[in-house]
Amino acid sequence: MNVFNIILVLAAAFLAVFCESVLPAARNWLGAQIDLLPALMIFAALNTNTAGVSLLAIFGGLWFDSLSANPLGVSILPLFIVGFPICLQREFILRELPFAQLVLGAIASAVAPALTVLLLLSGGKQPLVGWGSIWQWLVMIAGGALATPIIFALLNWCNHAFGYQPRAETSFRPDREIRRGRK
Amino acid sequence: MFKQKHYLALGAVTLVAVLVLSLPSSAVSHLILAVGSLFLPLFGLANSAQQLPADLADSVLPRRELLRQIDTLRRQNDLLKVQALQAAATARENEQLRSSLGWQRQVPWKLKLANVVMRDPANWWRTVQIDLGSRDGIQTNQPVLVADGLVGRVSSVSLTRSQVVLIGDPNCRISALVENPTHDTGIISASGPLDNSLVELTYLSSSANLKPGQNVFTSGLGGVFPKGIPIGIVAEDAQPVEFGLYTEARVKLSANLGALEQVWVLFP
Repeated sequence: MNVFNIILVLAAAFLAVFCESVLPAARNWLGAQIDLLPALMIFAALNTNTAGVSLLAIFGGLWFDSLSANPLGVSILPLFIVGFPICLQREFILRELPFAQLVLGAIASAVAPALTVLLLLSGGKQPLVGWGSIWQWLVMIAGGALATPIIFALLNWCNHAFGYQPRAETSFRPDREIRRGRK
Repeated sequence: MFKQKHYLALGAVTLVAVLVLSLPSSAVSHLILAVGSLFLPLFGLANSAQQLPADLADSVLPRRELLRQIDTLRRQNDLLKVQALQAAATARENEQLRSSLGWQRQVPWKLKLANVVMRDPANWWRTVQIDLGSRDGIQTNQPVLVADGLVGRVSSVSLTRSQVVLIGDPNCRISALVENPTHDTGIISASGPLDNSLVELTYLSSSANLKPGQNVFTSGLGGVFPKGIPIGIVAEDAQPVEFGLYTEARVKLSANLGALEQVWVLFP
């Protein structure tokens, strides 16, 4: 089940990066493109293992950077930093609650781009940052937060529809069968 | 809390990130090409999907509408032919004057049409990718424009695609000339991340006399952009900055960078 979840998350990340680069609607209407990778990272952290989180950070980061002007690999660590602590503490998180997913999505969507920009600035790059970036950041947070429960619902549905489901064990035991009638 | 597998994951991801970030630029470009080529089937699919509504609309367009469009295009064509004749006469006259004055002959522009296939998914860069690459003769720093004006320059090239850094990105600075009596020159640089139709024209002299509505063109200085490509119009009066050391003004771009579909790459 975990392997299928990992494949599902990686496929979703691939499609998300592609859609972000060819669908400019959010950028034209809201002034900022919504990044879905942090929301997917929350799903991976809560539904897969550390391998899933690591693979999503590496491949998602590489795919994103290959279509962007970012230096290749700069998005890997911010995504991992978002997903890894949540993966470690996931037993204490009410992962089924949409509100918890929303809050985690907002936090991830706030932290990941901020860390990426910090890494770019510390690497001597000159990203386009100004007062308008605060608005873009807020749009990314709101968009990521709203997208997280949707992504959870969508990927859980895909998992139930296409993934292997272990057969539920019944409480019936032949040795405890109550035999009726005469022998 | 930390188990061995957690340390392994942490180490592996950090190692991969550091390795990729420290690769030489040639290896990075190959890696970007390899990773980016994974998206090629999706780009083809998206292109077909975009084409489908247009094809459907074409197939149901009535004959009367087609005839009307042909008529309009004929008239436009006639008008453009007359304008082309006028332009050719002006060019001949210009060449004669240049030769009589001993000036260098102006080289005509060679252009190649390209489709914009994607935009930068990150909000902190202003770049697009076009469907021409090194196999089409594209090289870095070639100017990119539309009919309205300058768009940017080619920043990196792969075999089939090229990245174009747009005006307003911090990595695209252009030497600009204002069409006013004093012919003020300055540098076009980034303004803000939200409005991509406005840029800053900075490093103008403190005595610059800019008025809203004046045209701004490339100055030809710097060697990347040829002289005379329209950039935009001055949107406001010049303001002194750095205690009056120089002035700067906002320029409204002629090209609509938010709706780029096809662009022209200028060849030397």
